[in-house]
This record gives sequence, structure tokens and C-alpha cells, in this order.
Amino acid sequence: MTQNVNDWLNEHGDYLYRFALARLRNPHQAEDAVQETMLAAIKGNSFEGESSARTWLTGILKHKIIDLQRKQIREQPLSDLVDLDATDTSMDDFFDQQGHWLEKPQAWEIPDNALEQKQFLAVLSKCIDKLPTKLAALFLMRDVHEIDNEKICKELEITATNAWVMLYRARMGLRKCLEMNWVMG
Amino acid sequence: MLTCKQASKLISQSFDRRLSWSNRLQLRLHLFICNACTRFKFQLNQLRAAVLHLRQDTENDSTIQLPSEAKARIASGINNVIESKQP
Repeated sequence: MTQNVNDWLNEHGDYLYRFALARLRNPHQAEDAVQETMLAAIKGNSFEGESSARTWLTGILKHKIIDLQRKQIREQPLSDLVDLDATDTSMDDFFDQQGHWLEKPQAWEIPDNALEQKQFLAVLSKCIDKLPTKLAALFLMRDVHEIDNEKICKELEITATNAWVMLYRARMGLRKCLEMNWVMG
Repeated sequence: MLTCKQASKLISQSFDRRLSWSNRLQLRLHLFICNACTRFKFQLNQLRAAVLHLRQDTENDSTIQLPSEAKARIASGINNVIESKQP
């Protein structure tokens, strides 16, 4: 068993780390997720050899990633939660009293050219990092990790309406951030 | 008639749930006459595609590796568990 787990770490450690980093976007959290996965693997002892070790470990990792994101969202100060339930005043930046766009959304799209695409994704990356922690975590769970909304609500013990409001804010903010920081070539 | 604010909310929600029949109809009517919200919808589609692209870039980047300190720490954690399991 020891041999097995250490082999797994050597063979799949980098893969699992990249998988986690792509979803958590934080190197320390990604390391923690891999660590938790390996420890669960050794404690659980439930590898049947029916699937590949990598598939099995990735399955465990997915849950560990959700655990970390849940923690991150729950550990946010209470004021954030209160703010969440308040009327959506933060959307006043985008709409006037009559619900019209203050600034109409501008045209931008993912560039075709490889170099520009790389630059575009770098801008997007910065925009995600600028989101408030909680919004970012929920956005990553939904749009990057692609967990379905029902499961997210269950995991986080929030209502579907809360989730929609937060995702709306996150997407609205990202869209705006891209608009301001990405100049079409 | 939906306002742009209401329409934009429904557009975002349509990524997370199936909208009701009446919401879909209202939204379709609004998008028919509103360029700004049509563009907003396009932006959210692009955003979604872009973040998945970003995810794949990280997943496929073989220069990104589990740092060796972390690997060592995890290995020693594994060994501790195994030792504690032994009678």
C-alpha cells in the first residue's frame, strides 16, 4: 500500500496538481487538495482497480476541491452574507433607475490569433483574481469546475436565488473588467 | 416588457437553470428589439468559453508541476498515516 500511494504521488501528483490549480487558481490550495486526496486514498483503501488509479484519484480530488471552496465561502465575514441578502444596490453601477444600461455592453470576443488569445486569457485571469473572494469561489465552482447549481446550493447551504444573484454579479463584473482591460486589436 | 436589468438577470440565470416558459418568451421578445442585451448574452457566452479555455491551458501545461517541497510533505504525511496504521 505504501508503495502504491507513493507511486501514485510520483506518477499522478503533477496531473492532480494541475487539475486542482485550474479550478482553485491558488497554488497553496491546490497543494492542499492533492495532499487531502492522497491521504483520503490511503485511509479509504477502496481502490478496486476497476478504473485507472488516475481516474479514481481525480474523483476524490473533485470532492476535495469542493470542500476547500466551501470552506473559503463559509469563512467569509458575516457582513458579506448580509450584503448578499440586501437589495442589489451594487448593480446600480450598471443600470439607471428605469433599468436601462448606463453603458451599453461593448463588442469583444476571444481572439483567434494564438498570441492575442494568450494575452486575452492573461487579462481574464487578472479579472478573476480581482473579484471579491466569495464571488470568485462561487464563480469558479459553477463556471470553471462546472458543478451544477443544485449541488452548489446544497454544499453551500444557500438558496438558488442567492446563487443566481452572486453568479450574476461575478459575470457582470468580469464582463466589465474585460471590456475595460481588453482592447480589441 | 422586461427592462434591460431584468433581461440581463434572466440571461445570466439561463446558464444555471432552465427558464420558465414565460420567462423565455419575455426574454426572446426583449432580445429581438435590444442590441445591448443581445451583445450582453454574447459576452456571457464568450466569457464561459474563455474560462474553460483558461482551465484547459492550466490542465495541459506540463511546465506546471507539484512543487517538490509539497511533494515531500505529502509523501511524509502518507508515511505517517501508514506507520500509525501498523500494529
